[in-house]
Parts: sequence; C-alpha cells; structure tokens
Amino acid sequence: MAVEITVGTMPERPAKSSRLRLTNGLRSGYICTMPSPVVTVRALSKRYGRTVAIADVSLDVFEGEIFGLIGPNGAGKTTTMECIQGSRHADGGTISVLGLDPRRDSTALRRRIGVQHQEAQLQKRIKVWEAVDLWASLYDRESVVDRDALLERLGLTAKRDSWFKNLSGGQKQRLFIALALIHQPELVFLDELTTGLDPQARRAIWELVRDIRARGATVFLTTHLMEEAERLCDRVAIIEHGRVIEMGTPMDLVAKHCPQRCVLYSTDEAEGERLHELRGEGDDFVTEVIHRIARDGTRVRGFRTEVPSLEDVFLKLTGRAIRD
Amino acid sequence: MLKGFLKLSWIEMKVFVREPMGVVASLLLPVVLFVIVARALRFSSGGSGIPVSRLPFNITILTSMLIVLGAVQSLVAIMAIYREGGILKRLRATPLSPVTILGSHVLVKLAFTLATMVLMIVAGKKVLPGAMPEHPVSFVAAVMLSTTSILSFGFVMASLVRSARFAQALGAAMTYVMLALSGVFIAVDHLPRWLQMVAYSLPTTHSVTLMRAIWSGESWGSQLATVGALGAIFAVCIGFSARWFRWE
Repeated sequence: MAVEITVGTMPERPAKSSRLRLTNGLRSGYICTMPSPVVTVRALSKRYGRTVAIADVSLDVFEGEIFGLIGPNGAGKTTTMECIQGSRHADGGTISVLGLDPRRDSTALRRRIGVQHQEAQLQKRIKVWEAVDLWASLYDRESVVDRDALLERLGLTAKRDSWFKNLSGGQKQRLFIALALIHQPELVFLDELTTGLDPQARRAIWELVRDIRARGATVFLTTHLMEEAERLCDRVAIIEHGRVIEMGTPMDLVAKHCPQRCVLYSTDEAEGERLHELRGEGDDFVTEVIHRIARDGTRVRGFRTEVPSLEDVFLKLTGRAIRD
Repeated sequence: MLKGFLKLSWIEMKVFVREPMGVVASLLLPVVLFVIVARALRFSSGGSGIPVSRLPFNITILTSMLIVLGAVQSLVAIMAIYREGGILKRLRATPLSPVTILGSHVLVKLAFTLATMVLMIVAGKKVLPGAMPEHPVSFVAAVMLSTTSILSFGFVMASLVRSARFAQALGAAMTYVMLALSGVFIAVDHLPRWLQMVAYSLPTTHSVTLMRAIWSGESWGSQLATVGALGAIFAVCIGFSARWFRWE
C-alpha cells in the first residue's frame, strides 16, 4: 500500500467570539454586553509546609458560563477551588466571589453557592430523601426548590428510600448534585465530578451540568478528563505545578497550540488500495481537501480526519511524563 | 438554623438506630451487664440479701459512668469516621457550624444515655432494689448533666483526632484514665497531690462527686460548686472545640 504525504498550510482561522476575547474587545474600545465576573482571583498562593500548592494564580469566571480548571493530579486544582469557596486559607492574593470575601463572609457565601466535593461521602445509612430534606432545612425556605421535582430531574425518584451506601457511583454523584442545587445557588462548584464513573453515567452527568447552566447558574468545575473539559466547558484554565499556564476556550487553545489537521483517505488504484495522508493547519483545511478530491474526481473508498483535541494541547503544555 | 439543628439531630438518631451493633452496644449491653452482675451479687449472698454496702464501689454509679463514657467513646469514633469519610467536609460547605454539628450529636447521645439509664433503673428495681437511688429522677438528672460535661470533653478529642483508628485508641485510653481517677474506686483525696490535680481537671471526677451527693440525698443547692465545675469544663471545652474543630 502506497502512502502519499502532503503537508499544506491553510489560512489562519478567524477569531471566534468568546468571553475572554470580549474582555480583550472591551479593552480595544468595542461596546458589547459582557457578563460580569462572579469569581475574581488575583495572585493567589498557598503552601503546605515547603510544598507550593498554588502560586500566583489569577483568573476570572463570568456569570452563566461553565469554567473548567484542568490539570494533572496534584497540580493544585482542588486547593484553588477550596480557597475560592472559603474552606481553605490562602497564604496570599485576593479572592472575590459574588462580590464577597470567601473567608470574611463565609456564612453569607455558603448560602449562595452549591458545592460538590471530590470523594465526599454521606452517612452510610441516610436515605436519599432524608439527605435532601436535611439540606433543604439549612437554607431559606423561599430559595429551596421542590424536592420531589429535583429528585425527578436527577433520576433519583426510584431511589428516594435507598440508603446512601446502596447507591451506585453515578447515583451518589447525582445525589451530591441535588444537594448542591437544593437552594438554587448562583454559583456551583463541582470537583472531579465524574472521576471513576462509567461512560453512560458520565454523559448523564454532563447533561445535568449543562442543565445547571441553562437555568442561569455559573459552574466552576475541576477535572483531569480532557474530553469532559472539551465537551462541557465554555472556557478552561490549565494549571500545572500550581500555576495557571494557559486559559481560553477549548477551541481557541487547540487552534493556538495544536493547529495541525490531518486528513486520511484511501483510493482504489490498479496496484490496490492506496492510503493518502494530508496535513495542514486551520479550520478550512479539511474543506479544502474535500474540494480538491471532488475537483479531481477521485474515487474515495475511506475517509477520516484527525483533529487535535484539548488533550493534545494539555499534553503539549504539561508534558507526557506519568504523574503521581 | 434551629430547624437544621433539629433535623440533623433527628436524622443522626435514625442513622444510629439503623446500626444494629451500635444500638446493642450503647443501649442494651450496659443494662444486660448490670443485670448479670446484679444477679451474681444476689446469688453470692445466698439470695437472701444484697451486700451492696459491702462493695468497695457504688455499682449503679459505676454503671452510669460506663454508660456516659461509652457515649463519649462513640462520639469521638463517629466524628473521626465522619472526618475520614469526608462527611464533615461535605457539611462544611453548608451554613452549618461546628457547634451545630457537635450539638446534634450531643442531643443524640443524651437521648440514648437517658434511655439506657431508664432501662437500668427499671431493671435494677427488679434485680437489685437495694442498689437503686431513692430519688431516681434527680439521679438521672445528675447523670445527664455529667454526660453533657463529659461529652464536651469528648468534643476536644473529637475535634482533633485525624483517624478513626487513633480515635478508638485515644477514646479507650481516656476512658480508663478518667474512670480510674474519677473517685469511683479510690477516693480522690487518697491519690498523690499531682494526681489529684489531674483528677480535678477531668469532668468525670466532678460527675462522680455530684452523683454520690444526689444519691445520698443531698440537695442540688449544696452541690453548686460541683455543678459550676462541670459547667466551666463544658464552656472551656466547647470554646476550644469550636475554635480548633478539624473538618478534614
């Protein structure tokens, strides 16, 4: 089988609109309606003894978006999130969440945010409805949603009388989401939400997260699953060794760091099947290849494209060495 | 937050009852052991009488102390398990305060201590009538006050211990120390001076003093100093626990 490799260069893709770019747009003098930041972090730092957990982390999370903090294990994702929630003291820097200081105004803030923790548990023998009922009793009556409707929305109605210890991993996570949403929070924190879940449960939970955004809340999540970040997040920040090394929409980051596209197609030739591999850059590269094949009247047996993903960006920026 | 406190207490009570071993160990075992020992005492005295007065300790006060210390051990272990399992971390993200969480567990322990005391007195009236207090309501009130103070001492341990395994070891060690120095077996005045100071800094010593006094018919008014000591220990321990409570 012969292989043809042609490397081409396509024109740069036009800039796509995003909240990050809108920020830049404002600085350039454009008039646009930009969501206000619900989280503002500047120069955040935290040490555990001699270990630097996070250093000089700055980021904004805007109203109504799904923002993802992504990074390898031990990169500082959870520490950053916990500092923002107010459950951990930062050593330096400033944090504003919904206009509040997470440490000074922690009680007021906890009434306005919803939190799902990585690896958190509940009492083994607490029933699903009891947990929801307890959480509902902790917030103002006016802000609490209809509990039965919430369980229905999260697919837990059939499990309402089950003990927590008898729930599957996906059901437990759905229950934690229910508890995080019981008081209609303005901002929801989700820490490694789908780690350890099977693909079906993971996709079901992604739908729930999109639903949270659709209902007007802002979502701040951490994950080390790049597919999850790419499919769910409007914007991501990549954190490595406690520092934010890149931030933007998944598409923008892919375009910036891994612009190369690859088209593979096979044709019938007299000597047998022949595989063609074309490489190029830019969103229009694939279209150009298709046009060329059509123009040449080539009879194609098989065709596929290889488009870089956020995972490629992640590996390029953080390296491929195995982490603990 | 009162609603949350009561709801959490009620749920903790139900969760506790759903652990069969926990109920047996805290509610039934002390009563069963008390009845067995009481029957053995009757047997040893030929069934004609109970030589309670010849015992070197008050069996009812000793059993009461064991019930209370069992509750403390249970509290310390539950807090450590909750901490290890991330349950406290999960609760931290809500408007609940550490005092509310600890308070709900105190309420649960007080309820079960009260139930166990009532069972013991009812059973004691049958099998060991000579060893029952003349004023059971007043005596139970003294036990409940003691429980509150001793539980607050347990808070300090519960607030600080990292793991369930360490909590069990620490709880057991503290139980033995508190019981040995409480005055149930040896009068505190007979201890070396430095050990007396240790004993008087522990709530169990004041608890035994209060129980003895109420048992022998003394008025609550005569025990204001002891009640004050129990209250002071409670206040100090609560303040310390709230300040140093470890969520994870």
